[in-house]
Amino acid sequence: MKVDKTPLPGIGMRKDIVTSSGRRIGTVTQRDGETALIISRQDDPDACLVSVPLTADEAATLGNLLGAHQLVAQLTEEHRDLPGVNTRQFLITRGSPFEGYRLGDTRMRTRTGASVVAALRDGKVEPSPNPDFTLQTGDLLVAVGTSDGLEAAAEILGGG
Amino acid sequence: MEAGSALTLIELGAVFFCLGILGRLAGRIGLSPIPLYLLGGLFFGHGGFIELEGLNEFSEIASEIGVILLLLMLGLEYTAKELVTGLRQSWLAGVLDIVLNFTPGAVVALLLGWGPVGAMVMGGVTYISSSGIVAKVLTDLDRLGNRETPVILSLLVFEDLAMAVYLPILTTVLAGASFAGGMQAVGISLVVVTVVLIVALRFGNVVSAIVDSKDREVFLLTVLGAALLVAGVAAAMQVSAAVGAFLLGIAISGATATNATRLLEPLRDLFAAIFFVVFGLNTDPATIPPVLGIAILLVLITSTTKIATGWWAARQHGVGRLGRARAGVALIARGEFSIVIAGLAVASGAITGELAALATAYVLLTAVLGPVAARLVEPVMGRLQRRPRPEPLPAT
Repeated sequence: MKVDKTPLPGIGMRKDIVTSSGRRIGTVTQRDGETALIISRQDDPDACLVSVPLTADEAATLGNLLGAHQLVAQLTEEHRDLPGVNTRQFLITRGSPFEGYRLGDTRMRTRTGASVVAALRDGKVEPSPNPDFTLQTGDLLVAVGTSDGLEAAAEILGGG
Repeated sequence: MEAGSALTLIELGAVFFCLGILGRLAGRIGLSPIPLYLLGGLFFGHGGFIELEGLNEFSEIASEIGVILLLLMLGLEYTAKELVTGLRQSWLAGVLDIVLNFTPGAVVALLLGWGPVGAMVMGGVTYISSSGIVAKVLTDLDRLGNRETPVILSLLVFEDLAMAVYLPILTTVLAGASFAGGMQAVGISLVVVTVVLIVALRFGNVVSAIVDSKDREVFLLTVLGAALLVAGVAAAMQVSAAVGAFLLGIAISGATATNATRLLEPLRDLFAAIFFVVFGLNTDPATIPPVLGIAILLVLITSTTKIATGWWAARQHGVGRLGRARAGVALIARGEFSIVIAGLAVASGAITGELAALATAYVLLTAVLGPVAARLVEPVMGRLQRRPRPEPLPAT
């Protein structure tokens, strides 16, 4: 996918892509690191419909949400022939009990039977993360297991 | 404490306090504070409603520091690489910008009998858009992601670089140099600008490393000291103090530049405010009404020429009609640099007082008109274009 990078002298950098529906979507990053999500207008592709300021956490999380969509769909597809196996995603939010801890510290597989098959960070996929993978705010974990197991996993990651 | 210094403190305090209130007012209505600072200066100064006596000594050097900081910060904003790419991409539009917008000011000055020096000054005043006001308007109106925005910004880059050549020439001409002297100044400044760009591109880290420091206080003193030193040396060599500071700003790059910007910003705001007020102080408000008609005419002409410049430049980059109009209108505002130019001219004593009055009125009008027009351009264009049917909804 071609990303257009346009320098904005004195301000920062604009990066955007043109979607198949003809919309320009991207980011404007200012010198001080302030990032905004931009989406072009339908009637005037040169202008922006919105410019939403995002913190670093929010930007990373948004990237993960968009990246996870495809991954989860793919895993669900693969598990279709195995009844009872489900895929679910968990977002590590600020204040999550395991923020800053290693994945192994959750003892998720021992406690619930569900396993984390991938983690998404900054828009990149970490396939089968090791037990010493340190969880950060904005990480999105993709886990496979039974409905009950995944429900229990959600409780562990949400409240300990 | 002496009575004199007590009076100075009281007056200075009163001026800053009023500027603070004016600045708040400007923020409330989405305007740049520059025109209000000028008005404040007019109000307090010679022939104004209240005349301040105790400020002269302090305000003179403070306003010079204001100019140096304005230019230093402008240099810090750009990296040498951006300047070179900007120059390469927009030189044609930049030349058109000079031709269309320098000429009206110069012609008006000649018609008023202010001679070639006056023409040179007024041309500069009408040529340069205010990068401060334009950047603020683009940010406030959420237009940073627009496709015409890089076009506007690279035109501003070109104008600011043009200043680096223009100001030394102006300084020499104002000092009463001959044509040969003027040409020599052009030569020197072109060489200096080129050398600085090359040094900044190749050895930017070295310059940054010299002024950089982890300690905030040390860093502030080093940067400020370096800026004043370079500016002073440049002034002694007749190459304009402000340009020296601008070039130093370009040479400082990367994280050092970002940190320096953060540290110097409040100082710049303070001293630049003093500069605008002092310029207003030295202008007698009674001289403005006689030139107001000419100022309005000049505003109308040069707004049209700026719109034409932006329109043409945006069209070169494949931007649609509405975007072209936005680009043109964004460039209307003149501000800090027009006042810097007029201020240099006034300080040299080589030009008539009427010029200061005309420049003040002109900047006041464009600095207010620019941001207002930038807000109105879309509805106005929308009405002009009168679409036959509404846009179809996106297929989902």
